[in-house]
Amino acid sequence: MKVKVHVTLKNGVLDPQGKAVGHALEGLGFNGIGSVRIGRYIELDLDESDPEKARQQSEEMCKKLLANTVIENYRIEIEQ
Amino acid sequence: MKAAVIVFPGSNCDRDAQVALEEASGLPVAMVWHGQHDLPKVDLIVVPGGFSYGDYLRGGAMAAHSPIMREVTAAADRGVPVLGICNGFQVLTECGMLPGVLMRNANLKFICRSVHLRVETSQSIFTAGYEEGQIVQIPVAHNEGNYFADAETLDRLEGDGRIAFRYATPDGDIGPAGNPNGAARNIAGIFNETKTVLGMMPHPERAADVRLGGTDGKALFDGLVEALA
Repeated sequence: MKVKVHVTLKNGVLDPQGKAVGHALEGLGFNGIGSVRIGRYIELDLDESDPEKARQQSEEMCKKLLANTVIENYRIEIEQ
Repeated sequence: MKAAVIVFPGSNCDRDAQVALEEASGLPVAMVWHGQHDLPKVDLIVVPGGFSYGDYLRGGAMAAHSPIMREVTAAADRGVPVLGICNGFQVLTECGMLPGVLMRNANLKFICRSVHLRVETSQSIFTAGYEEGQIVQIPVAHNEGNYFADAETLDRLEGDGRIAFRYATPDGDIGPAGNPNGAARNIAGIFNETKTVLGMMPHPERAADVRLGGTDGKALFDGLVEALA
Protein backbone atom coordinates (compact mmCIF):
# COMPACT_ATOMS: atom_id res chain seq x y z
CA MET A 1 0.00 0.00 0.00
CA LYS A 2 1.35 3.39 -0.98
CA VAL A 3 1.43 6.13 1.59
CA LYS A 4 2.16 9.76 0.83
CA VAL A 5 3.49 11.91 3.63
CA HIS A 6 3.66 15.68 3.41
CA VAL A 7 5.83 17.40 6.00
CA THR A 8 5.38 21.16 6.27
CA LEU A 9 6.57 23.90 8.59
CA LYS A 10 4.09 24.96 11.23
CA ASN A 11 2.47 28.37 10.95
CA GLY A 12 4.59 31.01 12.57
CA VAL A 13 7.86 29.19 11.96
CA LEU A 14 10.01 31.34 9.69
CA ASP A 15 10.94 29.81 6.36
CA PRO A 16 13.84 31.84 4.94
CA GLN A 17 14.21 29.34 2.10
CA GLY A 18 10.58 29.85 1.08
CA LYS A 19 11.06 33.60 1.30
CA ALA A 20 14.12 33.48 -0.96
CA VAL A 21 12.24 31.36 -3.50
CA GLY A 22 9.33 33.84 -3.35
CA HIS A 23 11.70 36.69 -4.15
CA ALA A 24 13.21 34.68 -7.01
CA LEU A 25 9.75 34.05 -8.46
CA GLU A 26 8.98 37.76 -8.29
CA GLY A 27 12.27 38.38 -10.05
CA LEU A 28 11.05 36.14 -12.85
CA GLY A 29 8.00 38.34 -13.25
CA PHE A 30 5.44 36.25 -11.34
CA ASN A 31 3.18 38.66 -9.49
CA GLY A 32 0.78 38.33 -6.61
CA ILE A 33 2.79 35.84 -4.58
CA GLY A 34 1.58 35.98 -0.99
CA SER A 35 4.03 33.60 0.60
CA VAL A 36 6.05 30.54 -0.31
CA ARG A 37 6.54 27.73 2.19
CA ILE A 38 8.78 24.78 1.43
CA GLY A 39 8.12 21.31 2.77
CA ARG A 40 9.07 17.71 2.21
CA TYR A 41 7.24 14.92 0.43
CA ILE A 42 7.87 11.29 1.33
CA GLU A 43 6.47 8.19 -0.39
CA LEU A 44 6.26 4.96 1.55
CA ASP A 45 5.52 1.54 0.15
CA LEU A 46 4.10 -0.56 2.99
CA ASP A 47 3.30 -4.28 3.08
CA GLU A 48 0.19 -3.45 5.09
CA SER A 49 -3.09 -3.80 3.19
CA ASP A 50 -5.44 -2.43 5.86
CA PRO A 51 -5.66 1.34 5.29
CA GLU A 52 -6.40 2.07 8.95
CA LYS A 53 -3.34 0.12 10.10
CA ALA A 54 -1.22 1.72 7.40
CA ARG A 55 -2.31 5.12 8.68
CA GLN A 56 -1.47 4.23 12.26
CA GLN A 57 1.94 2.94 11.22
CA SER A 58 2.68 6.05 9.19
CA GLU A 59 1.51 8.24 12.05
CA GLU A 60 4.06 6.56 14.34
CA MET A 61 6.78 6.97 11.70
CA CYS A 62 6.01 10.68 11.42
CA LYS A 63 6.10 11.23 15.17
CA LYS A 64 9.28 9.24 15.67
CA LEU A 65 11.36 10.23 12.67
CA LEU A 66 9.82 11.69 9.52
CA ALA A 67 8.75 15.00 11.06
CA ASN A 68 10.14 17.09 13.89
CA THR A 69 6.91 18.05 15.56
CA VAL A 70 8.52 21.00 17.33
CA ILE A 71 8.43 22.90 14.05
CA GLU A 72 6.71 20.64 11.52
CA ASN A 73 3.23 19.34 10.75
CA TYR A 74 2.59 16.21 8.75
CA ARG A 75 -0.28 15.04 6.59
CA ILE A 76 -0.75 11.41 5.60
CA GLU A 77 -2.51 10.25 2.45
CA ILE A 78 -3.25 6.57 1.96
CA GLU A 79 -3.43 5.58 -1.68
CA GLN A 80 -6.16 3.00 -2.14
CA MET B 1 38.17 12.15 33.70
CA LYS B 2 37.50 9.28 31.35
CA ALA B 3 35.62 10.32 28.25
CA ALA B 4 34.01 8.65 25.26
CA VAL B 5 33.40 10.23 21.87
CA ILE B 6 30.58 8.80 19.75
CA VAL B 7 31.47 8.32 16.09
CA PHE B 8 28.76 8.29 13.42
CA PRO B 9 29.30 7.80 9.73
CA GLY B 10 29.84 11.41 8.67
CA SER B 11 31.20 12.70 11.99
CA ASN B 12 34.20 14.91 11.30
CA CYS B 13 35.01 16.59 14.61
CA ASP B 14 35.38 13.35 16.53
CA ARG B 15 39.17 13.38 16.39
CA ASP B 16 39.39 17.07 17.28
CA ALA B 17 37.25 16.34 20.34
CA GLN B 18 39.42 13.35 21.17
CA VAL B 19 42.61 15.43 21.02
CA ALA B 20 41.14 18.24 23.12
CA LEU B 21 39.88 15.78 25.74
CA GLU B 22 43.15 13.86 25.88
CA GLU B 23 45.13 17.10 26.20
CA ALA B 24 42.92 18.21 29.07
CA SER B 25 42.62 14.91 30.92
CA GLY B 26 45.88 13.18 30.09
CA LEU B 27 43.88 9.98 29.57
CA PRO B 28 43.04 8.06 26.42
CA VAL B 29 39.54 8.69 25.08
CA ALA B 30 37.25 5.84 24.01
CA MET B 31 36.01 6.23 20.44
CA VAL B 32 32.63 4.50 20.24
CA TRP B 33 31.11 3.53 16.88
CA HIS B 34 27.42 4.33 16.38
CA GLY B 35 26.43 0.71 15.80
CA GLN B 36 27.72 -0.44 19.17
CA HIS B 37 25.20 -1.45 21.80
CA ASP B 38 27.36 -0.84 24.83
CA LEU B 39 29.21 2.14 26.21
CA PRO B 40 32.38 1.87 28.27
CA LYS B 41 32.10 3.22 31.81
CA VAL B 42 33.04 6.87 31.45
CA ASP B 43 32.64 10.21 33.24
CA LEU B 44 31.70 12.14 30.11
CA ILE B 45 30.17 11.35 26.72
CA VAL B 46 30.77 13.67 23.77
CA VAL B 47 28.52 13.68 20.71
CA PRO B 48 30.75 15.42 18.17
CA GLY B 49 30.21 17.68 15.20
CA GLY B 50 30.02 16.71 11.56
CA PHE B 51 27.36 15.48 9.20
CA SER B 52 26.12 12.25 10.76
CA TYR B 53 24.37 10.12 8.14
CA GLY B 54 24.94 12.89 5.62
CA ASP B 55 22.35 15.09 7.40
CA TYR B 56 19.70 12.98 5.67
CA LEU B 57 16.13 14.03 6.50
CA ARG B 58 17.26 16.66 9.07
CA GLY B 59 20.57 17.31 10.79
CA GLY B 60 20.93 14.74 13.58
CA ALA B 61 17.60 13.02 12.88
CA MET B 62 19.04 9.68 11.81
CA ALA B 63 21.84 9.62 14.37
CA ALA B 64 19.30 10.22 17.14
CA HIS B 65 17.92 6.74 16.47
CA SER B 66 21.18 4.85 16.09
CA PRO B 67 21.80 1.97 18.54
CA ILE B 68 24.43 3.78 20.58
CA MET B 69 22.16 6.77 21.23
CA ARG B 70 19.84 4.54 23.27
CA GLU B 71 22.82 3.85 25.51
CA VAL B 72 23.79 7.52 25.61
CA THR B 73 20.22 8.48 26.59
CA ALA B 74 20.17 5.80 29.29
CA ALA B 75 23.54 7.00 30.62
CA ALA B 76 22.34 10.63 30.61
CA ASP B 77 19.26 9.53 32.58
CA ARG B 78 21.63 8.05 35.17
CA GLY B 79 23.36 11.43 35.37
CA VAL B 80 26.40 10.78 33.19
CA PRO B 81 27.35 14.16 31.66
CA VAL B 82 26.82 14.50 27.90
CA LEU B 83 28.26 17.25 25.70
CA GLY B 84 26.84 17.69 22.20
CA ILE B 85 28.78 19.96 19.88
CA CYS B 86 27.29 21.33 16.63
CA ASN B 87 25.81 18.28 14.88
CA GLY B 88 25.98 16.67 18.33
CA PHE B 89 23.67 19.43 19.63
CA GLN B 90 21.29 18.67 16.75
CA VAL B 91 21.37 14.98 17.67
CA LEU B 92 20.55 15.76 21.32
CA THR B 93 17.54 17.89 20.34
CA GLU B 94 16.35 15.25 17.86
CA CYS B 95 16.41 12.54 20.52
CA GLY B 96 14.60 14.77 22.99
CA MET B 97 17.44 15.12 25.49
CA LEU B 98 17.33 18.89 24.96
CA PRO B 99 14.32 21.03 23.96
CA GLY B 100 13.91 22.95 20.71
CA VAL B 101 15.40 22.47 17.30
CA LEU B 102 18.27 23.81 15.18
CA MET B 103 16.83 25.27 12.00
CA ARG B 104 18.47 26.43 8.80
CA ASN B 105 20.56 29.59 9.30
CA ALA B 106 18.42 32.68 8.71
CA ASN B 107 20.72 33.90 5.93
CA LEU B 108 20.63 30.46 4.23
CA LYS B 109 24.42 30.30 4.24
CA PHE B 110 26.83 27.85 5.78
CA ILE B 111 28.62 29.94 8.41
CA CYS B 112 32.21 29.04 9.16
CA ARG B 113 33.98 31.65 11.24
CA SER B 114 34.96 32.68 14.71
CA VAL B 115 32.18 34.23 16.79
CA HIS B 116 31.97 35.89 20.17
CA LEU B 117 29.97 34.27 22.92
CA ARG B 118 28.87 35.52 26.30
CA VAL B 119 29.14 32.89 29.03
CA GLU B 120 25.75 33.06 30.74
CA THR B 121 26.62 31.08 33.84
CA SER B 122 29.65 29.54 35.46
CA GLN B 123 27.37 27.36 37.60
CA SER B 124 27.77 24.10 35.68
CA ILE B 125 30.38 21.43 35.21
CA PHE B 126 30.76 22.60 31.61
CA THR B 127 31.21 26.31 32.27
CA ALA B 128 32.96 26.24 35.66
CA GLY B 129 36.21 27.23 33.94
CA TYR B 130 34.69 30.56 32.85
CA GLU B 131 33.42 33.66 34.60
CA GLU B 132 29.78 34.60 34.24
CA GLY B 133 29.54 37.34 31.60
CA GLN B 134 32.95 36.50 30.14
CA ILE B 135 33.24 37.08 26.39
CA VAL B 136 35.01 34.27 24.56
CA GLN B 137 35.86 33.68 20.94
CA ILE B 138 35.05 30.23 19.54
CA PRO B 139 34.43 29.15 15.93
CA VAL B 140 31.12 28.01 14.47
CA ALA B 141 30.73 25.91 11.32
CA HIS B 142 27.15 25.06 10.51
CA ASN B 143 24.25 25.36 8.14
CA GLU B 144 21.55 24.63 10.75
CA GLY B 145 22.39 26.56 13.90
CA ASN B 146 19.34 28.75 14.16
CA TYR B 147 17.98 27.69 17.54
CA PHE B 148 14.20 27.66 17.75
CA ALA B 149 11.79 26.82 20.54
CA ASP B 150 8.39 28.20 21.48
CA ALA B 151 8.30 31.29 23.70
CA GLU B 152 7.22 29.27 26.74
CA THR B 153 10.24 26.95 26.41
CA LEU B 154 12.60 29.90 25.89
CA ASP B 155 11.20 31.63 29.00
CA ARG B 156 11.68 28.43 30.99
CA LEU B 157 15.27 28.03 29.78
CA GLU B 158 16.04 31.60 30.75
CA GLY B 159 14.19 31.43 34.06
CA ASP B 160 15.96 28.23 35.09
CA GLY B 161 19.41 29.50 34.12
CA ARG B 162 19.71 26.85 31.45
CA ILE B 163 21.30 29.03 28.78
CA ALA B 164 25.04 28.34 28.74
CA PHE B 165 26.22 30.62 25.94
CA ARG B 166 24.73 33.40 23.82
CA TYR B 167 26.08 34.91 20.63
CA ALA B 168 27.36 38.40 21.33
CA THR B 169 29.31 41.26 19.81
CA PRO B 170 32.95 41.61 20.93
CA ASP B 171 31.65 44.12 23.50
CA GLY B 172 29.23 41.59 24.87
CA ASP B 173 26.09 43.10 23.39
CA ILE B 174 23.32 40.51 22.94
CA GLY B 175 21.39 41.61 19.88
CA PRO B 176 21.02 41.09 16.16
CA ALA B 177 24.52 42.45 15.48
CA GLY B 178 26.17 39.61 17.33
CA ASN B 179 23.80 36.91 16.10
CA PRO B 180 25.28 34.97 13.16
CA ASN B 181 22.41 32.60 12.39
CA GLY B 182 19.13 34.06 13.65
CA ALA B 183 19.03 31.92 16.81
CA ALA B 184 16.17 32.75 19.17
CA ARG B 185 17.38 35.11 21.91
CA ASN B 186 20.94 34.64 20.60
CA ILE B 187 21.11 31.17 22.10
CA ALA B 188 24.30 29.28 21.27
CA GLY B 189 24.15 26.58 23.94
CA ILE B 190 21.67 25.17 26.47
CA PHE B 191 21.57 22.72 29.37
CA ASN B 192 19.06 20.06 30.28
CA GLU B 193 17.12 20.43 33.55
CA THR B 194 19.89 18.96 35.69
CA LYS B 195 22.65 20.80 33.81
CA THR B 196 24.37 17.49 33.15
CA VAL B 197 23.74 17.74 29.41
CA LEU B 198 25.03 20.66 27.32
CA GLY B 199 24.34 21.21 23.64
CA MET B 200 26.21 24.00 21.87
CA MET B 201 26.70 25.03 18.24
CA PRO B 202 30.19 26.56 18.58
CA HIS B 203 33.22 24.26 18.56
CA PRO B 204 35.31 24.55 21.76
CA GLU B 205 37.53 21.69 20.51
CA ARG B 206 38.59 23.92 17.62
CA ALA B 207 39.77 26.58 20.04
CA ALA B 208 41.68 24.48 22.54
CA ASP B 209 45.21 24.85 21.22
CA VAL B 210 47.21 27.97 20.43
CA ARG B 211 48.27 26.33 17.14
CA LEU B 212 44.61 26.33 16.07
CA GLY B 213 44.40 30.09 16.49
CA GLY B 214 42.60 30.27 19.81
CA THR B 215 42.36 28.77 23.27
CA ASP B 216 39.05 30.11 24.58
CA GLY B 217 37.50 26.65 24.29
CA LYS B 218 40.10 25.05 26.49
CA ALA B 219 38.51 26.26 29.74
CA LEU B 220 35.47 24.12 28.95
CA PHE B 221 37.55 20.92 28.84
CA ASP B 222 39.79 21.93 31.76
CA GLY B 223 36.70 22.80 33.81
CA LEU B 224 35.19 19.39 33.05
CA VAL B 225 38.39 17.63 34.06
CA GLU B 226 38.44 19.53 37.33
CA ALA B 227 34.78 18.79 38.02
CA LEU B 228 34.85 15.13 37.00
CA ALA B 229 38.40 14.04 37.89
